[in-house]
Amino acid sequence: MEVGQMQRRLVEFTKSLFMEGFLDGQFLQLQQLQDESNPDFVVEVVSLFFQDSEKLLNDLTSALEQQNVDFKKVDAHVHQLKGSSSSIGAQRVKNACVVFRSFCEEQNLEGCMRCLQQVKQEFYLAKNKFETLFTLEQQILAAGGSIPATEITSF
Amino acid sequence: MDAKTGLLGGDGKISLNWREKVLGKIVKIQHRYDHLFGSKKISNALWRKLLYTWVFCATMFSLWIFLYMSSQAIEKRKETLASMCDERAQMLQDQFNVSMNHVQAMSILISTFHHGKSPSAIDQTTFAEYTKRTAFERPLTSGVAYAVRVLHSERAEFEKQQGWPIHRMDTLEQNLVHKDDFDPEVLEPSPIQEEYAPVIFAQDTVSHVVSIDLLSGKEDRENVLRARASGKGVLTAPFRLIKTNRLGVILTFAVYKTDLPSNATPDERIQATAGYIGGIFHIQSLVEKLLQQLASKQNIVLNVLDTTNQSHPISMYGSDEADDALEYVSTLNFGDPFRKHEMRCRFKQKPPWPWLAITTSYGFLVIAMLTGHIFYATVNRIAKVEDDYQKMMELKKQAEAADIAKSQFLATVSHEIRTPMNGVLGMLHMLMHTDLDVTQQDYVRTAQASGKALVSLINEVLDQAKIESGKLELEAVQFDLRAILDDVLSLFSGKSQEKGVELAVFISDQVPEKLIGDPGRFRQIITNLMGNSIKFTEKGHIFVTVHLAQEVMDSLDVETESSSKNNLSGFQVAERRVSWAKFKTFSQHERVCSYPSSTYDLINLIVSVEDTGVGIPFEAQCRVFTPFMQVGPSISRTHGGTGIGLSISKCLVELMNGEVGFVSIPNVGSTFTFTAVFNNGHSNLNEYTCQQMNNQSNSANSEFEGMSALVVDPRSVRAKVSKYHVQRLGIQVEIVSDLNQVLSSLKSRKPRIDMVLIEEEVWNNDSDLSILFVDQLRHIDQKVTPRLFLLAKSISSTRSDNVTCDTHSPAVIMKPLRASMVAACLQRTMGNMGNKGNYRNGEVSRLSLQHLLLGRKILIVDDNKVNLKVAAGALKRYGAELVCVESGKEAISLLTPPHSFYACFMDIQMPGMDGFEATKTIRDVEKSVNRKIQLGEVSAEAHGNVLNWHVPILAMTADVIHATQEECMKCGMDGYVSKPFEAEQLYREVSRFSYSAESRKL
Repeated sequence: MEVGQMQRRLVEFTKSLFMEGFLDGQFLQLQQLQDESNPDFVVEVVSLFFQDSEKLLNDLTSALEQQNVDFKKVDAHVHQLKGSSSSIGAQRVKNACVVFRSFCEEQNLEGCMRCLQQVKQEFYLAKNKFETLFTLEQQILAAGGSIPATEITSF
Repeated sequence: MDAKTGLLGGDGKISLNWREKVLGKIVKIQHRYDHLFGSKKISNALWRKLLYTWVFCATMFSLWIFLYMSSQAIEKRKETLASMCDERAQMLQDQFNVSMNHVQAMSILISTFHHGKSPSAIDQTTFAEYTKRTAFERPLTSGVAYAVRVLHSERAEFEKQQGWPIHRMDTLEQNLVHKDDFDPEVLEPSPIQEEYAPVIFAQDTVSHVVSIDLLSGKEDRENVLRARASGKGVLTAPFRLIKTNRLGVILTFAVYKTDLPSNATPDERIQATAGYIGGIFHIQSLVEKLLQQLASKQNIVLNVLDTTNQSHPISMYGSDEADDALEYVSTLNFGDPFRKHEMRCRFKQKPPWPWLAITTSYGFLVIAMLTGHIFYATVNRIAKVEDDYQKMMELKKQAEAADIAKSQFLATVSHEIRTPMNGVLGMLHMLMHTDLDVTQQDYVRTAQASGKALVSLINEVLDQAKIESGKLELEAVQFDLRAILDDVLSLFSGKSQEKGVELAVFISDQVPEKLIGDPGRFRQIITNLMGNSIKFTEKGHIFVTVHLAQEVMDSLDVETESSSKNNLSGFQVAERRVSWAKFKTFSQHERVCSYPSSTYDLINLIVSVEDTGVGIPFEAQCRVFTPFMQVGPSISRTHGGTGIGLSISKCLVELMNGEVGFVSIPNVGSTFTFTAVFNNGHSNLNEYTCQQMNNQSNSANSEFEGMSALVVDPRSVRAKVSKYHVQRLGIQVEIVSDLNQVLSSLKSRKPRIDMVLIEEEVWNNDSDLSILFVDQLRHIDQKVTPRLFLLAKSISSTRSDNVTCDTHSPAVIMKPLRASMVAACLQRTMGNMGNKGNYRNGEVSRLSLQHLLLGRKILIVDDNKVNLKVAAGALKRYGAELVCVESGKEAISLLTPPHSFYACFMDIQMPGMDGFEATKTIRDVEKSVNRKIQLGEVSAEAHGNVLNWHVPILAMTADVIHATQEECMKCGMDGYVSKPFEAEQLYREVSRFSYSAESRKL
């Protein structure tokens, strides 16, 4: 694949991510933090997010499966997830977490279960998207091209 | 005459009253029908009728006067005639009666001396003698005769005794004979009658009647018979007398033999009759004789008539020669009841024309007509004036309607235009804040500028309309003159930079900072004048100066700085003093000076706008202030504009109690000057002087307070302007004329010089010198080398030098100078002088942040690894050295003094120990350590030479609720940043705490 084409695809893809609400402005901030001294910053952070979040999701699943659900503990986990997702700009995961937390406050087990599924779904979706994005970027870099700056700023 | 004037007066009053009434009516009618078309005609017709009536009345009245007066005259004439006639009649009657009485006396005489005596004492001779001698006693008789009664029986005896026969008279009467032909011998003897009455005695004048039988004459017989029966004098009808053949009347008295009682019967009288005495009245001659005795005989004609027979009056005297119809009849009583006589008198001449009546009536008529004419003329005039008035009202209404329509039109149109324009401008404004590329932004800016120009044009037209209708009112609010001029200056800065025209404002120190007046309008005037100047100026300068009028007047004689060397750009200028030469303010110089205290609160400003433009042609100078007048039609094509700006300015200046004037020399330049009176914003004297002293210091620019600067400029006027603006920032300014002086003054001066402002001209003039200067400057032994600034007037000329960021290559300050702009430039260049500036530019803040955080050790506490990583990444960009921990406990252990952390960013919500708790613990620890240090329990060296430990802790939180913020402060945090990080906020917080940290250390 040609570099230019790949670059266009990347731009298109990134745009679609924003349009579909997977990402928000925070991701752009994150991108801005990446510079020559810190070239893999975004990838590092995002992979850290995935590791961390997978662990959190497992914890959440086991916590909700217990006989007496400790909603405080669940809430803390969700809070963490929400914080980290908002930090990388994974908007839909964050939104799902917000709903999740409100069910936790109500101590609504059923709602929590449903939200867990929702968050998981969103999380994996986001993971997929990010992986595609990074793959594309790496391909471009491998082809000797440069990552085009994301132009969308106002969402 | 009195009656007449009275009448006239009355008439006048009546007509006046009437007129008033009519007028009232007309007015009413007019009011009622004012809107109707016909009202005028109605009143006109009324007037006409009135006039005709007046003329008619006047004519009638004058006719009446004429008739009245002439009838009066006729009456008088009649009276005169009557009195004259009566007088004559009376006279005639008297004379007649006298004659009659005498005749009667003679009858008694005869009765006594003829019949009473025997023989008779009277014979013909005696009788004739007697009668002749007594004739004067009988003025009207021409003669008397006595006839004796002779019965037939006695005839023969009688005839014998007398010696002549009795003659008869009737033949004589039938054949009328003339006097000369009369011959008693030819008379026939009387035929036999019962009795006879022959005349025996006669006066000489009538001696021819002797022997004639009276009874034989028809008239005489009748007379005789009646006389003897009545015993009174009896008259015959007039008849032709015998012989004389003239008209005469015979009076007959009977002579009785015995004295009869007065109540004797006719028969007794007849029986007693002895004879008859007759008097002949020769009426014509007698009357003539009588009238001759009277005056004015010739005026009247008399006719004496016997009217016994009414149908056939017999004229006794007079002729018909008179033409006058006027006749007066007076009756005459001659003592004979059987006979009736009358006298008819007439004037000989026709009555004279009644001139008095004619003149009077004519005069009245003339007066009346004149009055009528005056009246008519007045009415006509009134009608005409009313007509004109109506027309004027109509026109006025139309004009007013047009005016209203115009205003409405203007208002509506301007509103209608302004409303959508506001929309357009607003949208453009919003569009400008969206993400646009450079070209698009340029388009938008142009569109916005055009829109604004359009709105201002509409406002101008509206202003003109308002001023024309006198509806413009000025505000009275406090305002800052300098700020306004700065604004205006910035408005034109773009254009002036583009053209390379130097634009400068200088406001005298004596002008108070705050004035009360209408800033908008003042600004409008200034904008207008400057707008014109910049429009027509391609090179040179535009220089606005503001002084107190007082100041200018005082320096009027001293000021000699008008040589071309000493003005702003070195171009020749039109002398501004000439432009105000005609101002009243200065002609009343004495007055103003003599009452400085009273005019103290009123600030009379004099503002000049001087340019080096094309100037105004001399022939066009007179109509500069006329609305919509431009120098020529080509002007509006090349330069645009409506040409009302100056006229509006003039009006505005006049509203501000000022004057405007100008002087202009073609191809040299124009200088417009105006004065305006404002109130002082500070009524208090102390406050005023206080303000005077530090009016340059501006709270916003207080950061420059106490600095000092050098301005390098050989032109004193320009240097003064530069000084003025820099001084406003609170910077001490000194002026030197070249670079060498700078060095010397830098070396010599004790207080440091913070900046050197060099006029671009000086810099570019000798680049070698400039480089040398910079070089030398670098080696000057001073703590802080002064910053260099170039004062440049156009963009192009300085671009090339402007790139390098070296401290010793000068920064550029673009002219026109104005305090805020100079402040911004200074701030930008000298930004790292430890003051907090508000930088919007991300690049600047980033650099500053880098400067702040470079090499600092910062602790980040967050249980969320991702967040930790992001925050670390963010802070690392600014060169900070980072330590990350995931729990509060770890943070506490790390932050227990002594440590080397510059600051700590701590997440609030953490499992186990949250941010608040951790911070509290850290503060507690710090406090105990500080106390120990103070107490000397622990040596300060052991704790890194820090006396008072207080590490800045900033909370990191996602929610920015106020309560959270307060809680942060409560538990000893120094601030907070919201997650995710924003560079600006980060910078603000960090700079804040670092500042406080610095201060603590000092």
